Parts: sequence; C-alpha cells; structure tokens
Amino acid sequence: MRDNQDQIAVSGAPSPALDDTPARLRFRDDAPFESPIAPLADFLAGGNFAAVRIEPGEDAHELVPHFDRLKLVEIAFPKFRDGRGYSSAAVLRQAGFTGEIRAAGDVLVDQIGFMRRVGFDSFAPNKPLDPKVVKATLDRYPYVYMKAADGKVPVWALRHG
Amino acid sequence: MPRILTGNRLETGDVLWWHGHCWSTQISDAVEIGAEGEALLAGLIAAERINDPTFIEVTGEPGAFVPTTTRERVRASGPSVRADLARGSLSVEAI
Amino acid sequence: MYRYDQYDQAIVDARVAEFKDQVGRRLRNEITEDQFKPLRLMNGLYLQLHAYMLRVAIPYGTLSGTQMRMLAHIARTYDRDYGHFTTRQNIQYNWIKLEQFSDLLDDLSKVEMHAFQTSGNCIRNISSDQFAGAAADEIADPRPYAELLRQWSTLHPEFSFLPRKFKIAVIASDSDRAAIQLHDIGLQLYRNAAGMLGFRVYVGGGMGRTPIIGKVVREFIPVGQFLSYSEAILRVYNRHGRRDNIYKARIKILVTELGIEEFTRQVEAEWATLEPLGLDAPQAEYDRIIAQFADPAYEIGAPDTIDLSDPDFKLWVDQNVHAHKQPGYAIATISLKPKSGIPGDASSAQMDVIADLADKYAHDEIRVTHSQNLVLAHVKKADLYAMWQALAAADLATPNLDLVTDIIACPGMDYCTLANARSIPIAQKIAAKFENSISEQRDIGELKIKVSGCINGCGHHHAGHIGILGVDKKGEEAYQLLLGGSGAEDASLAKILGPGFDENGIIDAVDKLIAFYRSARSAPTERFLDTYRRLGAAPFKEAVYA
Repeated sequence: MRDNQDQIAVSGAPSPALDDTPARLRFRDDAPFESPIAPLADFLAGGNFAAVRIEPGEDAHELVPHFDRLKLVEIAFPKFRDGRGYSSAAVLRQAGFTGEIRAAGDVLVDQIGFMRRVGFDSFAPNKPLDPKVVKATLDRYPYVYMKAADGKVPVWALRHG
Repeated sequence: MPRILTGNRLETGDVLWWHGHCWSTQISDAVEIGAEGEALLAGLIAAERINDPTFIEVTGEPGAFVPTTTRERVRASGPSVRADLARGSLSVEAI
Repeated sequence: MYRYDQYDQAIVDARVAEFKDQVGRRLRNEITEDQFKPLRLMNGLYLQLHAYMLRVAIPYGTLSGTQMRMLAHIARTYDRDYGHFTTRQNIQYNWIKLEQFSDLLDDLSKVEMHAFQTSGNCIRNISSDQFAGAAADEIADPRPYAELLRQWSTLHPEFSFLPRKFKIAVIASDSDRAAIQLHDIGLQLYRNAAGMLGFRVYVGGGMGRTPIIGKVVREFIPVGQFLSYSEAILRVYNRHGRRDNIYKARIKILVTELGIEEFTRQVEAEWATLEPLGLDAPQAEYDRIIAQFADPAYEIGAPDTIDLSDPDFKLWVDQNVHAHKQPGYAIATISLKPKSGIPGDASSAQMDVIADLADKYAHDEIRVTHSQNLVLAHVKKADLYAMWQALAAADLATPNLDLVTDIIACPGMDYCTLANARSIPIAQKIAAKFENSISEQRDIGELKIKVSGCINGCGHHHAGHIGILGVDKKGEEAYQLLLGGSGAEDASLAKILGPGFDENGIIDAVDKLIAFYRSARSAPTERFLDTYRRLGAAPFKEAVYA
C-alpha cells in the first residue's frame, strides 16, 4: 500500500442515513426542528416538507424560491474530504436563508471551524465529537482573513476601521 | 520469492523493516514473512502506529535481502545521488 | 516586501497551535491516520520515501535574509543540512520527523514563515515573477496582488476541501516569467485602453496527466474586484469539479468538459451574486500592501557600467545578470545547478552565504525562481564583482542560466513516493556532457530541459524545450522524450517524439537532439525551440531514432 498523499477520489461514498433525531451539536436558540427530512427531489416535487436533504452533487440554488417554507436544510457529507457541502451552505446563506443548516455524516471536529464560518449551525456527525476539542477549535482563531456567512469582521476591516 | 515487511514509523517517518519481534531501520535485519504475515499486517493497520505497512518482494538470503524494485532499493539505501546520506545496510551502488 | 502585522502573526500562531494539537491527538491515537492526513497535508507535511518531507511556503517566491538564515537553521537543526528549492518557489526538506515538527513550526513563525497550504486539496502558494519590482517591462509590482490573494486564500472556509490542488500565478508584464498559462488561475496585470488597472484572467491551464494551456475567462477585471472574481471561479470549481477520478479533478478538466463559454457563463453568474457582498478588500488595504513593496532606496547616480575585464566574471554577467529598471542596478541570478550538483539544492552554509550577500548587496531580498534558482534583484552594478567573488567561493556562481546545464528536475524516485523513475541522475548525466565547457553551452544557447519523475509533472516537463518524463516499464525505470514546450508567454505543450528509452538511451537521445539542432539551425542565434518550431518534429525524430 503506497501513500498516495492527497490523491484519492471521494465521490461514490455512501451517504449518511437521513437523521431525524435531534442534531448532536447545535448552535441555535430556537427549538430543534423535528420532522421528516425529504430528499431534494421529493421536496421539489411538492411534498409538504419543512426540511430537506442536499447531497454533494445537488444544487442548493434550487431551494432559494422555497425559503419561506423551509426550517432546516441538512447537507450530507458522505466523505469528509468532499467539500461541496461547504459551497452549498455558503450559497444558502448568501441567498438569505436564516433557518437551520445541518452538516450530517462524515463530519470531523477539525472541520467545525470552517463549517461554522460558511453557515452551518448544527452538526449530526457519524461519530460523536469531543466537546472540549470542539470548543478549542471554535476558539482557535482570533482573526479571519476573509468575509464569510458568519459575519466575522475580516482583518482588512479591522486594519482600516 | 521471499517477502519482507516494511513501513514508516509514525513519529519519525523512519523507514523500517520487520525484524521478527520488533522493527529495525536496517534492511539487513529483515526477516522473511510467512503465512503469519496477513494477521501481523492486519494488526499493524489497525494499530496505526506504523504508516503504510506493506509486504515487498526481495531476492537474496536473510541478512542480505535486496528488494526487487528500484523504488524499494532507494528506500532501503537512501537517495542514489547522495551516497553520503546512505542508511547503512544497502549501498547506493545496489540501487 | 510584506511584513506581518499583529493580525497576520496571530493567525500564524493560532495555526501552529492548532496543528500542534492535531499532531498530539494523532500521536495519542485520538484521530485516525485517514483523518489526520489531510490536516498534515494542509500544513505541508508529506510522507515520502525516506522520511517526512516538509514544504515551507515562500509566498510568491520572495524572502528576506533573515528568513533565509532561518531556512538554513531548519536544515541544520531538523534535517540533514540542505534544502531543495522547488518549481513553485517554495523550499522542501526531506528528512523531517513528525515529533519535532511543532518546534520547527515555532521557529518558522518567529520569522513570519509557515508551511500552510503547500499541500492538500486547497489553494496553494501564489507564485509570481522572480524579477518583480525590478524588471523594466512590468506595469507595476505584481506581488502586492499576490499578497492579497495569499491572505484571501489562507484558511478560506469554503475552499479547504477542493476536488484537487489549486495553483494561482500573477505577473505584470507581457513577458511571462511565471508560466501563468499553465496554472489553474493565471493573472496578468495591465492597464486597459481607459487606463484602468486590472487583470486578464486565464483559467484551466496545467500540466500533469492532461496538459492544457489556460484560456481567458475574463479579458479585464478591475484590480478592486479580482478577489471576488477569484471567489466565483473557486466556487464553480468546488461545486462542479470532478470528485470521482483524481486524474480528472483539476479545474482544467472542468473547463474543457464545459467549454470555455459555458464555464465563463457560470463564473459570471456566480460573480454577479458575490460582487455585491463586499468580499473585496478596500482601496486602503491595497494601498497598505503596495506601500510595502515600494522601490528600495536606490542610490541615485550609481555607476552604470560594469568592469568586465575578469573573463570569468564576464561570463557570469553575460549569462546570469539582467537589466534593472533603475540605472546603476542589475538583477543577478544565482544558479543552483552547479557542476555535479543536484538541481535546486542548497546547503545550509550556502543559504547563509546568500543571506549575507542579500543583506549586504541586495536590499535584503531574495527570490526563488520556478526554475529552481535564486535571484538577487536589486544589486548595484558597482557591487556585482565583489558579490560574484563571494558566490564563486560558495559554488554559487555557475554562469549557466537558461543554458543546457540549467536543468529543472523534480526530486524523482530518489525522494518521492509518487515517482516512477529517478530524475536527478538524468539531469546530472545530461549536464555532465556539457558542464566542462561553458563556451559549448553558450554555443548551444538557450535550451530548457525539464525532467519529471512521474506524470504529475512537478518538473514541468510539458513546458520544456526538451521534456523528459519518467515512466514505469514493467518495474524498470524508463523515460519518454518530449519536444517543443514553453512556459513563457509563447506557451506551448511539449509533445512525445517517439518510443521511450532506458537511462542510457535518453541521455544519448538528448545528445543527438542537440547535435541535430546545431547542424540544422538557421543561425547560431536561433534557439533550439525556434529551430524545432520552424522545422517540426520529423527531422528531430529521425535524428534520434534513425
């Protein structure tokens, strides 16, 4: 077995099971939303759902006209190295979605910081996260270089007031 | 063709060969691995203290095994272009 | 050059602390190797044939004497007393231990250096022109914009798990000394007809398994919007780049599969949503960074002639010294391709010599070129001789810039787990045929030979006038021969000439190519590449294979 460094394909990994239990880590004040989470196709076909699941290859833009009836978007991470879900969350927040965005599946504690920045506010990882490490991760960086959905002030704004 | 077991130490990246009950940084210490190898390898992979444990084919006699591929000979000796950095039990000339 | 402020330093320090924590968790088996590996790679640490290899970032190839001294210290303290300068203007160390890595990162952070994002599926080191700030043909120094990109891309939360690596290069002249058309994004700074400063944006260039020359996605983007525009390109790539096949995961494949029109449409649509969000840094930030790249305090009236009476010195000036925009000054290239040497390698002692010379003669600034050489860009002509003597004493004065012995070679199978064949011995054996006669080398003239040990192409063989690619032939090392590549503004991709060779065969083939070129060139001043472009491959093929 030779170390191929970073050269391993990620797509084709099985998606995490739809998780209807309350998320294990949540950064919202409102009550957790408990309801069936529909696959995107079912949601768009007009079912009465308030929660939807986005797979890595699916287009988050398709949800934009439906924000008014959506409480929760669950974004799947079948493999942690598949970074498409980060853009899905960013797209939703930039389009004005204020509901819950949950990262589900192969979610590791070392990605939590990035995920919070792009707009995830709840997490349903396959394996439980160590709360101490989560806290350390989220408190790690005193500054950020660029703007993102979390609204943190980028360094260039601190420099120039 | 005989096979031996090799890997890299997690903490240091050192190239290692299985010496029978422990690891050595010298290929001259490598032992031939028989049927017990699969269980040994599975245990190493699970323990995750040795990176990329794998079997490689060699020629020659115990104490003087030479890997059959150039890559593994380089790995056993050192860069072929820096004889001064050679590891010891396989010379760059053998690459 | 750019100096960290408190914010930059705090971010580096936090990143170092974070990685120390991750290493600790790995050593205690609290995370798996599979989870740890991307984290390790995002901090530039590979596991290679002999040990861990560390790639330290040298942002856009610029470093100070103090930083070079630290690189020497790292070589002595944590490695085996040498380092390797790379084709993306970084430095690599080959014998690093994971358990010492925290101390090493601490040392680097003391001099504003790090190894972030020099590996992994993220945005890598931004590369630029090694003559930046000194060349007469540039519109402005491109490096402030490279610095803006560096900050924008560091720990970007949306783009840290891309389909594959992402490489950006920035230039500010028509001459392309950074091969921007062979990068994922290439940026050329220029003034449009209205006098506005902006970039021509190339996308989807690259070498490796599928070499492609980049295409223009946007003819002009004002400098004030180039970060949000880059964000749009990255988002399209992150969302749609292939994830099923690592050999088809670069943006060049996406651009090819969509076609440049559709790709452009998607980027423009994405940018329309991003541009209003205030992602671009304000003018004040541009001004702050540009001010740090102001011209050094030139000595006005410095003598503008060079005494060339020493013939060895004259050879070096002829070959390795370029004109500077400021009268009295010159740009000097330090060749790291000495006789019997290893391309791009420097000992810690040599690094210290270069640091001292930079401090004394070159306004304390050193650049790394993507040909694995170094540049001292602001040297008074009056100081060149003394500097050359010091370089010569350290075996750093080989007068072979762009000549046949100035070969680019990746580390290859002597060091790298990805390689199929060794590349350094090939470079050495080719060079050995010519290195004893500088006059023969000069007669051959400009000839860029580039050797890669595998299809990943870190030796840039597709951009070589002569390219050599190491392949595996039933467990044996073998080599393919390619001709006609160029990474300059006249970008072209080298093509395979014919069947491959073993090690002796490839050396012999290169010899025959050069002999044929000398017999067929229209004048001694016609470059090898131009003879090839004039005559085509057929006569060269016959010369090698007949």
